[in-house]
Amino acid sequence: MAGLMAGFGCYTHAIVREVPTSLAKEALRTSQAEVDSTKAQKEHDAYVHVLRTTLGLEIVELPVDETLPDSVFVEDAAVVCGDTALITRPGAESRRRETEAMKGALKDLNLNIVEMIDENATLDGGDVLFTGREFFVGLSKRTNQRGAEILADAFKDYAVSTVPVVEGLHLKSFCSMGGPGLIIIGSSEPAQKALKIMQQMSDHRYDKLTVPDDLAANCIYMNLPNKGQVLLHCTEEEYPESVKVYDKLKDHMLIPVSNSEKVRVDGALTCCSVLINKKSNH
Amino acid sequence: MTTEAGSETEVKEKAEKSPARLSQSEKDTSESQEVAATEGEAERQKEKEGKGISRYLPTWFKKQKSQSQTSPTKEVPSPEEASNQEEVPEVNGHPEEVEENEALSSPVQEQVEEKETESHSNASADTEPALETKVEEKSVEGVKAAGEGGAQEELPEKQQQQKEEAEVKERAEGTEGQTSIFQSPLRLVRKSRMKLVVCHVTLLDGSDFTCEVEKRAKGLFLFFKVCEHLNLLEKDYFGLTYMDHHEQKCWLDPTKEIKRQIRSNNWQFAFNVKFYPPDPSLLTEDITRYLLCLQLREDVASGRLPCSFVTHALLGSYTLQAEFGDYEPEQPRPLDYISQLSFAPNQSKEMEEKILELHKSHKGMTPAQADTQFLENAKKLSMYGVDLHHAKDSEGVDIMLGVCANGLLVFKDRLRINRFAWPKILKISYKRNNFYIKIRPGETEQFESTVGFKLQNHRSAKRLWKVCVENHSFFRLNAPEPPTTPRFLTLGSKFRYSGRTQTQTRLASTLIDRPAPAFERTSSKRISRSLDGAPMISITEASTTENGHEPHLELHSDSKVEEADSNPGRVEAPPAQSPMRVRVDNIYVRHSNLMLEDHDKTQEEVLKHQASVSELKRSFMEAPPPSPPQHNLWEKRITSSPATTPRVQQPTTTTEVEIEETVVVREISTKPVVPDEHAQGAKAEEAAQKKKMKQRESVSSESESEDEAEYHPNVSVSISHTQIPEEREEEEEEEEQEKLTEVSQTAQSVNPEEEKKEVEEATVTPGEAPNGPTQHAEADARPVAPVHEEEVPKVNGEATVVDARPQVICCSQPPVVKTEMVTISDTFAAQKTEIATKEVPIVHTETKTITYEAAQLDGSGDGEPGVLMTAQTITSESLCTTTTTHITKTLKGGLSETRIEKRIVITGDCDIDHDEALAQAIKEAKEQHPDMSVTRVVVHKETELAEEED
Repeated sequence: MAGLMAGFGCYTHAIVREVPTSLAKEALRTSQAEVDSTKAQKEHDAYVHVLRTTLGLEIVELPVDETLPDSVFVEDAAVVCGDTALITRPGAESRRRETEAMKGALKDLNLNIVEMIDENATLDGGDVLFTGREFFVGLSKRTNQRGAEILADAFKDYAVSTVPVVEGLHLKSFCSMGGPGLIIIGSSEPAQKALKIMQQMSDHRYDKLTVPDDLAANCIYMNLPNKGQVLLHCTEEEYPESVKVYDKLKDHMLIPVSNSEKVRVDGALTCCSVLINKKSNH
Repeated sequence: MTTEAGSETEVKEKAEKSPARLSQSEKDTSESQEVAATEGEAERQKEKEGKGISRYLPTWFKKQKSQSQTSPTKEVPSPEEASNQEEVPEVNGHPEEVEENEALSSPVQEQVEEKETESHSNASADTEPALETKVEEKSVEGVKAAGEGGAQEELPEKQQQQKEEAEVKERAEGTEGQTSIFQSPLRLVRKSRMKLVVCHVTLLDGSDFTCEVEKRAKGLFLFFKVCEHLNLLEKDYFGLTYMDHHEQKCWLDPTKEIKRQIRSNNWQFAFNVKFYPPDPSLLTEDITRYLLCLQLREDVASGRLPCSFVTHALLGSYTLQAEFGDYEPEQPRPLDYISQLSFAPNQSKEMEEKILELHKSHKGMTPAQADTQFLENAKKLSMYGVDLHHAKDSEGVDIMLGVCANGLLVFKDRLRINRFAWPKILKISYKRNNFYIKIRPGETEQFESTVGFKLQNHRSAKRLWKVCVENHSFFRLNAPEPPTTPRFLTLGSKFRYSGRTQTQTRLASTLIDRPAPAFERTSSKRISRSLDGAPMISITEASTTENGHEPHLELHSDSKVEEADSNPGRVEAPPAQSPMRVRVDNIYVRHSNLMLEDHDKTQEEVLKHQASVSELKRSFMEAPPPSPPQHNLWEKRITSSPATTPRVQQPTTTTEVEIEETVVVREISTKPVVPDEHAQGAKAEEAAQKKKMKQRESVSSESESEDEAEYHPNVSVSISHTQIPEEREEEEEEEEQEKLTEVSQTAQSVNPEEEKKEVEEATVTPGEAPNGPTQHAEADARPVAPVHEEEVPKVNGEATVVDARPQVICCSQPPVVKTEMVTISDTFAAQKTEIATKEVPIVHTETKTITYEAAQLDGSGDGEPGVLMTAQTITSESLCTTTTTHITKTLKGGLSETRIEKRIVITGDCDIDHDEALAQAIKEAKEQHPDMSVTRVVVHKETELAEEED
């Protein structure tokens, strides 16, 4: 019996989107970093390969759109939890159209679609941390209170708490879930502060795993049949110290995934896919 | 009349031993016993308990029909009071013969009144008891010896108690321990004579339960009747609600009279879940889970418990399974009955289809299993068990405050923007329409912070505060805070959760040993093969294990109780200390004034006031010439301040003075205390502002009228280790105080129920005095005392003259006095010792000043000097001086004039019938002082801001 809040990390599908060549020049970024488009493409291919081949997820690939340089970061366009998908209203105006293709794909998957049509609301999926029991929504440059409210309305079963994001692009720029009840958190002061807020706001207790690098705290957790607990995390080349921390997770299947190029435009591992569980029907 | 049974007396002693605090534990134990005892033994125990209780019950009924605190506590005190009363007469006799007649008359009157009340209240004893009482009265009068009269009084009471006990026994057999615990049996008997009211209770399945209750029945009685009707044993999760004057849903306080809580003559209630168990699987009985399901279905369907489409469908499917059994494809009309049921606020065909689809997958599930599944999903919803209250933050932004098992949640729209877990909250308070929580400092923070919210009005602030207190107590405490503990709280209501905590109720549930009761589900009639009878729950095991852990905790509570029990013995001793008693009485008087302010307490308070007035009269009569002796007394007190005994030793004449003094002391003590306590300083300030009435007693008393109230959640909960010692001390002090109070309480006889409140208040003074002297205060107190002494003598002199005794009954909310009272109570909790010393000096000022001073004091720290000042001001300002003041006025040439001015402040949330309270107060005053005439009745009606807030 699939009950409420069962099967955290169980996924059957992943929605991804190809890297447009426009990403290198036009993608939004908080730094002035240069991006190697080809290398980014390769990294992304490897990422999708892991999802499809290594993990056996069904991949839904959205068509590339050169007019949407940031469109590879599909996570920001939708928040999917259970059978409900919230189509967001991205904080960056240039990214609003990214949701169109996403909505179509989610509809095809027979999810209940909720659209964020309020013009005062903005929300990036990268600001949404779902712990399995509740949501934390980072109030950032891209996400505002109204967006969080609409998310709360879309997922009524869950508590939705807001967390100010003072540094970094998104809430998940310095944290993510490493398992049920396990929060991976960066060691920077803003990250630690955000964690404290989350802990205070929650009725549930979370373990934390602090990694030295904030960006390394973004990982992808899955709990897959025949695979057990899987964790996609940064590579040793990028964040050697943080990888040492990940290596302590003995119960997880650890899969390092390179993300050196997309990170230059503030893309993290979770940004590049929307994970869906289609078998967890109630 | 009937002869007393030896066993009865024993029982009484036991009962006495268990003070109000204990009473709760007793309830628990009794309930548990009841539960456990399916058979004869259990019944016997119950009977015993019931007997004990019943004995107490009569007393309160006699004294004051009233109000509300937890029945057990009240009950317990009552016997003591009775004894005290008896003793009192003696005191009067001892004191100088100045006006024996008056003194005698006053006690007699009191007795009579008490008897009368008793007869009214006690249904069982009605005829005989009344006769008895009359006889006694006569005898008392003839003898003129107060002591004798007292003894006689005791006898009748005992008889009545016996009768009641017998009744209780009879009923206990029929009904379960629950009823026996309460007064239900008695009341049933009374039906014939008491005014009965028909109560309509809407049950969770939507049906209406109608029953008759005595008009003065307490909330608990009705609640038990409903539980009895439902065959519900795990009833601590539930409660009764009513709609107040403003269409707000309020919880019926089980310890208070229903009549005083509900909107006039609207005896309409609803049975609801009050505490949502975080893990319903730990409930022992299916019937409990079923009722919880009913509540949650309603919560979900109404939108109070928001959930997603899928969850709506899932929960709906479990409801179908529980109510209709397996999905039957042959029945072509599934959608028909589905659409008759309400599953969601916006129920669509799509949802109904989804529900049916899911229903199919539950095949073979018993109703009990379906309920369990329903609950397992519902409990995960984020708003499960969250009680929402509209509020505004400091910036005026609309928010919602949610009270739940884990703490306090702050929502803006649907977002959780803050959360205060119970362990993080040091204090919960409200002042007018402001609601405050003091937050424990974080790891990196040095200071605790206070977060304030604005509620719509003072009533909603109070309602929120009460819900917080109750939820914290239920979910975080092992045992409810003993009634005495309220002293910890600075100002405001002494309201505490009176029921069992979750820990206790779980333990009690483990003792449930009855076959799963068969119950009919709402629509189960339609189900042919439903398996209601065969609920299989693995939950029981889990619950038992948990319970196993809990016992330890409970044991602690028991121990406390035992300590409290020891008090009775002490109480007995005090009688010798007549002076002490007098003081106490005086204190009570003032307290009673404060009490009057409380809505619920009004009548009782009035009675108390009257009683206190009579005492004052006596004391005046007795009181010898004023100043010189008094000074001596004062000095003695100052030096010996700590021990109550010294006071007792003091000559009776002093009594008057003492009385005044005591009052002052309280005030003083409160002042210092306030600063000492964490946030109390601020509170005190607030109180000062509020001075008027709300804060004072009403708050401390339980009250509903109070504007302010504080509650320190942590203390009882986690801090218990550290704090426990303090509490014990307090308890001890309280016990001492209680003894004193009891002794002195001649006048106080009023209401056993109220006794708790009174005791608290009264206790405060005694405790202060004893502690203060012993520990710190001595030095401070001494200096202060002299000043007071001077003042006191004057008062005494005045008092001596007793001619005309007009009683002025003012229904107003004078700012001064009440505030003080409140402060005092706070002090007790926090700094008993210091307070005591200070108290002595305060006495002088006492009368009028107190109120203002208290407020001022809060800010300063030591309010003694300020107190005196204020006293003066107060007197002049207020039309009706404090009781003390009036007494002083007696001086007039060769003629002695005793003037008793009674000021009765009635503060209410609209719940109180001011006119009725006033009428009763006047009536009682006349009865108490037949030889005096009521020369003036000033009704000063003030509408406070708080009320306006509504």
